[in-house]
Amino acid sequence: MNCKKCTIKAVIGLPRHNAAFCKACFNEFVLEQVTRAIKGERMFGRDDRILVAVSGGKDSLALWDILLKLGYKADALYVDLGIPGYSTKSREKAQRFADGVARTHEAKLLIHKVEEEEGAGIRELADLIHRPTCSTCGTIKRYQFNRAAVEQHYDVMATGHNLDDEASRLLGNVLHWQEEYLDKQGPSLPASVEGFAKKVKPLYRLSEREVAAYSVLNRIDYIVDECPMAKGSKMLLYKDVLNRLETESPGTKQAFYCGFLEKQARAPRQGSGQAQPAPASMAEKDRATLHPCATCSQPTTAEICSYCKMMARAKAGSTR
Amino acid sequence: MKVHLSHPERQVEVRGPKRVKDLLRDLNLIMEAHLVIRGDDLVTEDELLKDEDQVEIRPVISGGS
Ligand code: SF4
Ligand SMILES: [Zn+2]
Ligand SMILES: [Zn+2]
Repeated sequence: MNCKKCTIKAVIGLPRHNAAFCKACFNEFVLEQVTRAIKGERMFGRDDRILVAVSGGKDSLALWDILLKLGYKADALYVDLGIPGYSTKSREKAQRFADGVARTHEAKLLIHKVEEEEGAGIRELADLIHRPTCSTCGTIKRYQFNRAAVEQHYDVMATGHNLDDEASRLLGNVLHWQEEYLDKQGPSLPASVEGFAKKVKPLYRLSEREVAAYSVLNRIDYIVDECPMAKGSKMLLYKDVLNRLETESPGTKQAFYCGFLEKQARAPRQGSGQAQPAPASMAEKDRATLHPCATCSQPTTAEICSYCKMMARAKAGSTR
Repeated sequence: MKVHLSHPERQVEVRGPKRVKDLLRDLNLIMEAHLVIRGDDLVTEDELLKDEDQVEIRPVISGGS
């Protein structure tokens, strides 16, 4: 198989683009796709300060690498979840990348330790409040990333979600008709209210395999092992199903997710059979329902935000 | 050839020569969810692997949120 552009031996075939690339042309393809995502979705500009959420995995480190290569100002935040055997290893990977690559671009790595601030590792916290580890983890990560972004005056927060992540999440939401979540599935979520950082996903045009290939080709040392809590997750099942479809007809994932984005951009939501006024934009809806948390003043739809509620329950649980 | 697999980590011995795509099929793995690495280099699905090659099949799909 030869490179479609320069005809030397290819290192990767991309059936959905009917292409194959050598290393140099593949890197160019990746940077092009990310640039297209950033510009097309108006994610950020040259002068914006970006905070990348890194986990030590392939997606987030590749994202940090790509943004720095493209000349953007991007620092990163790693949240240490305190999962024995996994957190230390993944943190080392993030640190190594920060010391080896990011430093030469004058970018820095911030670290948040859950055990220090929340008082226990993620698994103990989940036990205390009787909630699944991943949902506890999600609440803490969302909260801490947003807080770091807002308090340290970053203009936008970027995550390494790829096409497979977005397509599988969409599949899950559609299978259960969770229409209220569909609104938030875009690759660029505006900072709708004071205290909420803008959130973007610059890798949404690249498949998970493409992002992994970029990391391998560019010698990014990432953690290959999964977080042990991910085992048996629904997302893995959805991704597997989509990849089987993709194998039979290349381009399925992109058609599914990007088709959804186009539809969402074009069509006003249908109401109960009657003609409805144009739906309020998400920012307007957020402004109408969000206000500062009584405890920490980050925006929430309730009196007290879900993070503060969770921490209160954990405290009560641990003193019992 | 020695083939290194993950999740769970293990080594299997496979007789070469064999094309990448046939190796994956024999192991019941799909290309879209894996990268095949020979030595330090990525290889495409039509590449012919030889008996003396060191091969890693790396899963690329991760779960969680
Ligand atoms: S798998 Fe679950 S616990 Fe592990 S990082 Fe992902 S959300 Fe957190
Ligand atoms: Zn080329
Ligand atoms: Zn709060």
